[in-house]
Amino acid sequence: MVLTRSSKKAPKPQTPPVKNLSKAQTPPLSKAEKPQTLTSKKGAKSQKKPPLKKQKKDVIVVEEEDDDEEVSDVESEEIDESDDGEKGSNGFFSDDDGEELLNDNFLDGSDDDEEEERSDSDEALSSDSDSDEDDIQKESEAIDRAKAKEEEDADAELLDFNKEDGPEEHETFRLPTQEELEEEARGPPDLPLLQSRIKEIVRALSNFNVLRPNGASRKECVEQLKSDLASYYGYNSFLIGALFELFPPVELMEIIQAFEKQRPTSIRTNTLKTRRRDLADVLLNRGVNLDPLSKWSKVGLVVYDSQVPIGATPEYLAGYYMLQGASSFLPVMALAPKENERIVDVAAAPGGKTTYVAALMKNTGLIFANEMKVPRLKSLTANLHRMGVTNTIVCNYDGRELPKVLGERSVDRVLLDAPCSGTGVISKDESVKTSKSLEDIKRFAHLQKQLLLAAIDLVDATSKTGGYIVYSTCSLMVAENEAVIDYALKKRNVQLVKTGLDFGQDGYRRFREHRFHPSLKQTKRFYPHVHNMDGFFVAKLKKMSNMKQSSEDDDEAVETVEQADVSSDDDEEAEAMEEMEKLSVPSKQPKENKERLAKSKEKKKGKKDGKSKSKNVERKPKKKRSDWKKEIAQAREEKRRAMRENSKGKQ
Amino acid sequence: MRPLDENETTVVFEKIFKFVGNNLKNIVENPSHEGPEPEAGRYCFRLQRNRVFYVSESLVKRATNISRKNLVSLGTCIGKYTHAGSFHLTIMSLNLLAANAKHKVWLKPTSEMSFLYGNHVLKGGLGRITDSIVPGDGVVVFSMSDVPLGFGIAAKSTQDCRKLDPNGIVVLHQADIGEYLRDEDEL
Repeated sequence: MVLTRSSKKAPKPQTPPVKNLSKAQTPPLSKAEKPQTLTSKKGAKSQKKPPLKKQKKDVIVVEEEDDDEEVSDVESEEIDESDDGEKGSNGFFSDDDGEELLNDNFLDGSDDDEEEERSDSDEALSSDSDSDEDDIQKESEAIDRAKAKEEEDADAELLDFNKEDGPEEHETFRLPTQEELEEEARGPPDLPLLQSRIKEIVRALSNFNVLRPNGASRKECVEQLKSDLASYYGYNSFLIGALFELFPPVELMEIIQAFEKQRPTSIRTNTLKTRRRDLADVLLNRGVNLDPLSKWSKVGLVVYDSQVPIGATPEYLAGYYMLQGASSFLPVMALAPKENERIVDVAAAPGGKTTYVAALMKNTGLIFANEMKVPRLKSLTANLHRMGVTNTIVCNYDGRELPKVLGERSVDRVLLDAPCSGTGVISKDESVKTSKSLEDIKRFAHLQKQLLLAAIDLVDATSKTGGYIVYSTCSLMVAENEAVIDYALKKRNVQLVKTGLDFGQDGYRRFREHRFHPSLKQTKRFYPHVHNMDGFFVAKLKKMSNMKQSSEDDDEAVETVEQADVSSDDDEEAEAMEEMEKLSVPSKQPKENKERLAKSKEKKKGKKDGKSKSKNVERKPKKKRSDWKKEIAQAREEKRRAMRENSKGKQ
Repeated sequence: MRPLDENETTVVFEKIFKFVGNNLKNIVENPSHEGPEPEAGRYCFRLQRNRVFYVSESLVKRATNISRKNLVSLGTCIGKYTHAGSFHLTIMSLNLLAANAKHKVWLKPTSEMSFLYGNHVLKGGLGRITDSIVPGDGVVVFSMSDVPLGFGIAAKSTQDCRKLDPNGIVVLHQADIGEYLRDEDEL
C-alpha cells in the first residue's frame, strides 16, 4: 500500500505565491505546530493530524494547487495505520469535501515541509487578496480538477485496500468443484480457506441476483456454506441446518460468532438478605468490577472482572447473591409471583429461579420445588438453604406425576423451565453443537408437551390471584417452543397472555409449513447476538377454566382433534400416548372426563358432540389413522346435521 | 416424615439452647408467614431421613401427600443424626441461630478466610467478643460487617480470652459457610 501510494507522490509544482507569503504569517500557526512535535507515530506524516483537527474552523477555501494526492495519501495512510485500516479510511473519505479541502490546505506539505504547510495555510487565509485574482481563479479550477481526479483515485484505492480480495478476485469466486472438495477432505480442514469461502458465500447470498458465482444455484451455495460452517465451527449438519432455517445468512453468521464467545457473568442480589446497592458496595470493596445489569432488572448485576473468585466470596457463601445468567431472570419476572401464593417449580435444580421466586414472595406462601434427577437435588437444597429460603418443599418426582401427587387444581402458579436441547446456550456448553439430532429434538418436544399439560393441570383456574403458567426453554428450536405452546392451546383451556417483558423478539406465528395460533405473537424469544444473553424462549399462559377439553365450540374441538392428526406425526403420537395414559390411569378419570363432558353438554348446544368427542377420545389409540379419519368425517357429518336440526328447532 | 419423639426433641433443644439460650422460646413460638393462609401459623420440627427440619405447620400439612422416598427437604434443615445416633447441627441452621444467638464473636477481616477454610478461631483473629461466655457455650461467628460465617463451641471464657496469647484457640470450629463449597455432598 505504501508503495503504491508513494508512487503517486510525483511532486507537483508548488505555486510560487504560496512560498512567498510563507514567512509573513508563520507566527499565528506556531501554536498549532507544537502538537505536531508531540505525536511521533511515523515521522512527520503523523504529525499532520492534530493541526488538521484544531484549525478546521479557520480555513475553508482551497485556492492553491497542492500536492493533493500526496496530502490525501498521507492522511489516509495515517488514519489507516492508526485505525487498523478499513474503518478509518472509509470514515475519512466519507467526510465532507470541506474537510478534505481543509486538509489540503494544511497538509499542503510538499515533502512534509512544515514551513511550506504553514505557508499554504497562510495562503488560504489571505486568499482574498485582489492581486493575482485571475491567476487564482485559474489555479482554483486546476485544483478542483485535480481534486476530483484525486478523489476518484482514492476511492478506487480504498476499495482495493478494504477488500482482502480485490474486485477482480470477487468476480471469479466460484464454488469448489468435486475434485477440490475431495482434496480438501483428505487433509485437515484448511481454516483460512474455509473462512474466506464462508465470507464469500454469505456475501453472495445476501444479494444473490447480482453477486452469484457463475453457474451455481442458490441451493448449491447454501449446501456449501452449511458444510463449511459445520467444519469451521464444529457443528453437526443437523444443527447448522436448523439454524439456517431460523436465520438469514448474515444473521446466521452473527449468531454463530456470538455462540463462540461467553455471555457476561451476571449475579442476582438476594433481596431476602440485602439490597443491590449495599451488595455492590461490598463487592466493589473486594475488588469486583461490576455494573447494574440493565434497566429491566432491579436485582441484577453484571460482573466484568474480579480480583477474587466471584463464586467464592464470603458474601456468596452467606447467600447475599446468586450466580445466574441474565436470561434466567426472565421467566421469573414473567411469572410475577405474589405473596401468600402456592407455586410449583417443575424443574427446579439448581435453584436459581426457585430462590428468585422465593425472594419475590418474601418467604411467604409456599413453593414446591421439584427435581427429577437425584444428583441435582443436593445443589438445589444447598442453594435454597444458603439463600435463606424457608417456604419451600423439595421433592423428587417426574414432573408428569406432579398432578397426581399434589392434586390437580391445587396451586396458583407454575413455573416450567423445561428440559430442552440447549441450543440457545451453546456458548456455555459446546457439546450441544455435535450431540443433538432431529430425534433428540423430537423427544424433547414430546416430553415438553407432556410436562406442560401436567403443569396446566396443576393450576387452579379459579385462583383469586393466579392461574398462570410460565413455560420457558433455553432453546431456539421452533419445535420445542412455539409448537409446544400451540399444542397446549389446543389441548387445554388456556390462553396466551403478555409476558410482561417489554423487550425481546416476538415468537413465530408461522414457520415454514407450520401455522400456529395467532396469539403466539405474545411469546418472547431472546437471542445472544441481539440481546447479549443466552438464547431463550418465554411464554405465559393463563388458565381460563378447569375443564380438560377445550370449551370452545365443539366443532372447533373436533377440528382441533383433526388438526392435531393432520399436523406432525409427533403430535399424533403424543396424543395417542396421552390418551393411553389417561385410560390407564385409575378408573376415576374417565368418569371425571364424562362428568366434565356432561357439564359441557349442558352448557353447549350439540348434545351429540360431547359423546362423539368422548368416543373419539377413547377409541383413538386402538384404531388406525385411516379409520380415525373416517370416524372424524362421520362425526363431522353428524354434528352438522345436529347443528342444522338445532338451528331449525330454534327457528 | 414424622414429628420428633421425646428423646429426639430434648437432644435437639439442648443443642440449640447452647447457642441461643432463652431465645429458644422465640424459635419455637415464632409466628410464621409461610404457607398460603394469611394468618400466621407456627413452626415445628420434623424428622425425615435422619435430618431434622424446622418448618411451619402449613408447609407440613401440604407436604404430607408427598411420599417418603420422594420428599427431600422441608423448610430449613437444622441438623442431622449420625449413624451412631448423635445429633449435630449443620451449617444450614446458621440463619436461625444467627438471628437468635446469645454469644457472638466477630472476626477480623484477615482471619475470615481462615475460618471459612475450616480452621478454629485464634485469639489473633478476634475482633470483638460478647461478655459472659463460658467454655462449652455455643458461639456464632460473624465477620466485622455482621455477616454470619458459622458457629462453634467456645474454648475459653471471655476473661481468659484476654489473657491468651495470639495463637490460642478461642472458638472450636463446628460449621462454616465455606462448607457450601467444600462439602457440597455432605449437605
